[in-house]
Amino acid sequence: MKPAPFEYSRPADVDEACAILAGDDGARIIAGGQTLVPMMAMRLSRPTRLVDIARITALSFVREKGDAVAIGATTRQCVVERAAVVRDKVPLLAKVLPFVGHAPTRARGTVGGSLANADPAAEMVLVAVTLGATLVYRHGGKIDKMDAADFFVGPLITALPAGSCLTAVRFPIWAEKRVGVGFHEINARKSDFAFVSAAAQVALDDEGVCRRIAVGIGAATDTPLRLTTIENAFTGRRLKETDLRDAVNQVLSFTEFISDLHASAEYRQRVAETLAVRAIMDAVARAQGTMTHAH
Amino acid sequence: MRTELTVNGRAHVADIEPRTTLLDHLRDALGLTGAHAGCEHGVCGACTVLIDGVPVRSCLMFAVQADGYVITTIEGLAPGPGELSPVQDAFCETHGLQCGYCTPAMILTAHALLAGNSTPTREEIVDAISGNICRCTGYAQIVEAIAFAAERLRGSNRPPEQPR
Amino acid sequence: MTEPAQRFRFVSTDRRVREDRRFVVGKGRFAADIVQPGMRHVALVTSPHPAAKITSIDKTAALAMPGVHYVLDGRELAAATQPLAAGLDTPNVPRRPLAVDRARYVGEWVAAVVADSRAQAEDAAEKVRVEYSPLPFVLDVEEAIGPRSAVVHQAHGSNVLLDRRFVWGEVERDFKESPHKLAFRVKWGRSSTVPIETFGVLASWDPWREMLDVWASIQMPKFPDQIAVALKLAGSAVRVHHDVDVGGSYGVKRGIKHAVLVGFLSRRLGLPVRLVEDRLENMRGGDAHGPERLFDIEVAFDDVGVIRSMRMRAIDNVGAYAGRSPFQLGKPVGAIVGPYRINSVQYHAIAVTTNKTPQEAVRAFGQSPTNYAIERAIEQVADHLDLDRVGVRQRNFISASEFPYTIPSGTTYDSGDYHAVLDKVLSRAGYGGMIAERNRLRAEGTLAGIGIAACLEPSGGNSSFEPLFNPKNTTTTWMDSCRINVDTSGAITATVHTTSAGQGHETLVATVIGEALEIDPEHIRVVRPDSLASLPSNSPVGSRMAIMLGGAAFHAAQKLKAKFLAIGAHVIGIPAGQATYSTGDVFDPLMPEKRLKWLDLVQIAHRNYYRLPPGMEPGLATSHVMQVPTGGKLPTPDGRVQMYPCFSFEFHLLLLTIDPDIGKPEIRRWIVGHDCGTVINPKIVRGMTMGGIAHGIGAALYEEFAYDGEGQLLTQSFMDYLLPSSHEVPPVEIVHHVTPSPHTVFGQKGSGESGYLGAPAAIASGVNDALQPLGISVNRLPIKVAALGDMIAAARKKAAENAKKFEAIRK
Repeated sequence: MKPAPFEYSRPADVDEACAILAGDDGARIIAGGQTLVPMMAMRLSRPTRLVDIARITALSFVREKGDAVAIGATTRQCVVERAAVVRDKVPLLAKVLPFVGHAPTRARGTVGGSLANADPAAEMVLVAVTLGATLVYRHGGKIDKMDAADFFVGPLITALPAGSCLTAVRFPIWAEKRVGVGFHEINARKSDFAFVSAAAQVALDDEGVCRRIAVGIGAATDTPLRLTTIENAFTGRRLKETDLRDAVNQVLSFTEFISDLHASAEYRQRVAETLAVRAIMDAVARAQGTMTHAH
Repeated sequence: MRTELTVNGRAHVADIEPRTTLLDHLRDALGLTGAHAGCEHGVCGACTVLIDGVPVRSCLMFAVQADGYVITTIEGLAPGPGELSPVQDAFCETHGLQCGYCTPAMILTAHALLAGNSTPTREEIVDAISGNICRCTGYAQIVEAIAFAAERLRGSNRPPEQPR
Repeated sequence: MTEPAQRFRFVSTDRRVREDRRFVVGKGRFAADIVQPGMRHVALVTSPHPAAKITSIDKTAALAMPGVHYVLDGRELAAATQPLAAGLDTPNVPRRPLAVDRARYVGEWVAAVVADSRAQAEDAAEKVRVEYSPLPFVLDVEEAIGPRSAVVHQAHGSNVLLDRRFVWGEVERDFKESPHKLAFRVKWGRSSTVPIETFGVLASWDPWREMLDVWASIQMPKFPDQIAVALKLAGSAVRVHHDVDVGGSYGVKRGIKHAVLVGFLSRRLGLPVRLVEDRLENMRGGDAHGPERLFDIEVAFDDVGVIRSMRMRAIDNVGAYAGRSPFQLGKPVGAIVGPYRINSVQYHAIAVTTNKTPQEAVRAFGQSPTNYAIERAIEQVADHLDLDRVGVRQRNFISASEFPYTIPSGTTYDSGDYHAVLDKVLSRAGYGGMIAERNRLRAEGTLAGIGIAACLEPSGGNSSFEPLFNPKNTTTTWMDSCRINVDTSGAITATVHTTSAGQGHETLVATVIGEALEIDPEHIRVVRPDSLASLPSNSPVGSRMAIMLGGAAFHAAQKLKAKFLAIGAHVIGIPAGQATYSTGDVFDPLMPEKRLKWLDLVQIAHRNYYRLPPGMEPGLATSHVMQVPTGGKLPTPDGRVQMYPCFSFEFHLLLLTIDPDIGKPEIRRWIVGHDCGTVINPKIVRGMTMGGIAHGIGAALYEEFAYDGEGQLLTQSFMDYLLPSSHEVPPVEIVHHVTPSPHTVFGQKGSGESGYLGAPAAIASGVNDALQPLGISVNRLPIKVAALGDMIAAARKKAAENAKKFEAIRK
C-alpha cells in the first residue's frame, strides 16, 4: 500500500502555504498525517503535492485569549491533552482527548487536522460543535473565521474555502464557577471510531440550578448535533434525569440518524438519548463535586 | 529531497523520495528491519519507533517529514552486542512474545512508558500498549513483562533507561 | 490419573524460550527482511467484481511505466504450470494463482506486475486495463445450494464441492426412544486468524544449479512438494529455507499460490522475485478467510439432560475455490461429540462454493465452530429442562474411568478427567459466589451471565480427514523427524525440519533432548536445515509438534544414548545391557569407577574407530522419522476412523455483564481449566492458551469478514476488521490439570489451539445466560454491540407491552 507519487513542500509560513494551495489544485495540506497518510496509502487520496505545515511555529500554541482558549491548528493533540489551561478552562476538551485515537496517534495528530477532516465521529469535532467553537482560517492573504455550527457541513465536508488553511480554533471559556463535564461514547473497541457519542458541559449556581448547558451528540448524524433546544429549555432549571430524558427523547425523534454496518438508526437514536442524559448527569455531578456514572 | 535523520545516535543524510514512509526508509535504506509493516494504515502499531522518546507509527510518516528528528528503533536499545536492556530481558523472562512480529514495537512502547512512569498500574500498562496489536500472546505475558521490568528498574540503583 | 508419576529434570520446568532473545532485539528474520541482490517486487491487479468474464487484459500502459519488468496474466501462467493441489476429488474446480478467463471473487488476483520497487509495481498495476463482463454471483450458502443459483464453477455443475452424510450408531432408534428432542440453528460468522505479518515469499531461480530457492512466511505441509508439482519441477529442484521466522500464522499461512506465482516469475525473468502482500491484498485476495458455517442441530435427550443422540448438519461457505477448507468440515469428526458420552451421531457435511474469498485452514481446523455448536446444544438442553448447566455437563461427560474411550465416529480419546478439571475450575472460581455475584448484578438492573464451555483439543494432527472425504486419497502417513549430531568437540546440534511461527520449537527440541540425555538444554544447539537437507516433516499444523517433533527428538536422543551405551559397554568390557548412562557418563553400575565420560565417548566415536563395537557406524549422528501415534489406517466404509491421537481438554467459566441500554458485553472474570497432558514448557503453553482466548474473543465479539449485497468485502482493512487490543482481553486465570497421554514420550498432548477452542462458546454462553431473564438468545457469532442492543430493546419493549396488556386485563 504505497501512495501515488507526489511533490513535497515545507513552507515557512501560512501565506506561503496558501499561495501553494491556491496555485495547485492537486496540493493538500499535511500536518499530523494520521488520517491523510492511510488514505494516501490506500490511494483513496492522491494529492500531487503535500504542503507540510507541521513546523510553522506560529500555528502551534495553546493560550488563553480573553474569553476563549485559542489553540493553533498544528498543535499536537498530546500537547493539548497535557495543557493545564485546557484542563482548567475548557474541561470538556480535556475530558475527550484521551478518547481520541491512541497515544501514538495523538503524538503526531493535530487539533486542526481533526477539525478540518470533519469526521462525524471525531471527539474534537463534537466538542467544537457542542461548545460553539470558532474556527479561524487564512484565505487569500486575509484572516477569517466561522462558527463551528457553520463550519461542519457534512461527513468529512467543511465550509473551509478551497485554497485556505485552518490556523486556529477558539474554545469559549465559561466564566461560571461550578462547571462540570460529561462524555460517553460507544464503539466496538475502546478508541475505535464511535458509533454514537454524547458530550455535555454544565454550569450550576450555588443552589444547583443550571446556569448554562451545552449538549452535543456525535457519530450518529452527518455532523455532530448540538441540542440547542435542550440547552434553551433547561437553562435556569434544575436538571432532573426524568425531565431530561423526556425532552431529549422528543428532540431526537425529529432527527435522522445514520444506519450502517456498525449500528442501525434505531440504535443510534435510542443510545444517543441514553448517552446524552448520562453525559448531562455526569456533568451535574462533577459540577456539584460528586460523581455517579463511572466511565 | 535531502533529509537528515538521527537514528539510534547516528546521523544519516539521504535524498529520499517524498512518498517513502519513515518505516520503509528505516527498513530498506538503513537496513533496520526491526520495525515491521503490519497494515500500513496506522492501526496495528507494528511499525512503532520512538521520536524524541515518544512512540509514533512510522508507517504514518513520510521520511521527509522526519527531517532533523531523533529516532530510536529497537536496534538502538540493547546496551551492547549480545546484551539485553532490562525491558528486553523482562520480555524474555515472562515470554511476553511468540512470533516476535509485534515485539519491537511493544518493547519500544514499554521503554517510553517506563521512562516517564516508574510505577505504572496494570491499567496504565494496558492502556500504553493498547495501540499495539498482538495476535499471539493475548497480551497477558506482555503486561507481566512490563510490570516485571518496572519492578526491576525500581530496584536498581540507576535511573530508568533513557533511549539514546 | 492426575499428576504424572515421574518428575522431570527439564520438562515442565519454568525455562525461558530461547527464540525470544533474537526477537526482543529486532533480529527476527521475517520474509520481508530477506533481500537478494537484483530482487524485484510484485504487486497484484485484482478483480473488482464478484463474478465476471475477463474479456481482455491490456498491459501496454503498465509496461511503459518506470521500473516495470513484466506483467503476467492468468493464461500465460496456466499454460506453464499445473493447477494448485486440491484435496477433494474435484477436477473441475481448478485453482491457480491468477484467474484464468473468469474472476470469481472480489479481490481475486488477475494479473501480476513485476517492477524494481513495490511502489512502482503498484503504480503500474493501476495502469493494467482489464475488461470485465460481469456475471451473476452468489454469496449466501443456502442460496448457493438452491436450484436457481449462479454457479461459481460452471464445469463442476453445482456449488456443492462435498456432500457427505455419516450415520454412526442407531440414530433413528435413539431419537425415537428419547423423551425429549430439540432442534436449532447456529451460525459461525466468517472470521480468521489474521496474523499481523501478511504472507510474503521470495523465490530465486538458479538456472545453472537448476534450483529454485524459496524463503516464505509459511506454515504448511508439503510446501516444497506442491511448488515443484505446480512448476513442473523435480521435487529436489525446490529448496525451501526453514530459517525464516513467521510472524504468526495459526493455520492460514499457506501461500502456495503466492509461491508458485513468484517461482514462475523468477524462472521467467532470471531474477529473484518477491511478493509481500499488503494488507488489502491479504484481506481480499490472500485466500486466508476462515470457516463460515451454518449448523442445524437436533439432539435427543432424557429427563435429566443426558444426550443420547445428535444430528448435525454443517454447511460451510468455502468461497470461490477449494483450498484446504472443505477438510475443516472433516477434522471435527474426530471429536464430534465433544467431551460427552453421546451414543449415536449423524453428521452431514456440505462444502459450498460462493463468490467470496476462499478459506484457508484456521486454528483448530473447524473444531472451534463445531465446539460452539455442541456447547449451544448442551446449554439448550439444560435450559429446556430448567437444569443447572454445570450439572448437565457433568452428567454427560465421559468419566475418567472410561478412557480410552471410542466415540461413535471411530476415534478413541486417549485420556482425560473432565470432572476433575471442572471441579478445579469451580473451586478456583468460587462458583457459588460467582452465581451470587451474577444475581446481585441482575438485581441492580444490569444484564449479567455466567458463561460455561467444555471442549476438546484434538492434537497430534494426522490427515485422516483426507481419505475420509476423498476416497481416492489413500494417505495414512503423517510423519515428523529430528536429527541429532554430536560433533568432535562434543557439542550437540539438533534439527527442526520446518518453519515456526513463535511456537518455541527450538526450545521444545532442546528441552526434550536434554531430558533424554540428562544434559542441560542450554547446551543443545537447534538449527533448521532447508527442505533438501531435511528429513520429512508436516509442519506445525493440527497441534502436533509437542507430540511429533517432541517424539522424534526424543527417539533420536534415545538412539544416541543407546549408541553411547554400546560404545561404553564395549570399551569397559561388559555386555551392552549392563551399562548405565547418567548425565553423559557411561559406567558399570557394579564398579562405577569403570566409567567413560562424554568427551571420552565422543573421542572414540569420532577418532578411535579401532575401539568401536564391530560394525558400528562411526561418528555420533542419529535421526528418527516418526509416524503419528494411532494413525495409519484408512477410514471404514461408513466413515469411521481414528482422527487424531491425543485429546487435550479445557473448561471455561466466565462472568460477563451487558449494560442493557447499550448492548456491549463486558467480561468481568474468566477462569479456564486446561489439561494438555504433561506440559513441556509452561511459559509456552500459557502463552498459547492466552493467545487462543484472545483469538476466540475476536471471533465471538469483534471480527467478521462482512460482505455487502454486491459481493464487496466491507471489512478489508484493520479500520473495519477489528482485532482485540489489550483493552479487549481481560485477565484470565488458568488452572492446570494433567492426564498424561499414553501415546507420547512424556505424556504430552498438544496445546497450540487451546483457548480458541472454547472461548467463543463460553462467551456465547455468557451472553445467552445474561439475556435469559428477557427470554431471548443469540444464535450467531460474532455478537455485535448494536445488534445486541437492538435485540434487548425489542425484548424490553415487548415485555413492557405485555405488562401493560396484563395490567389492562387485570383491571
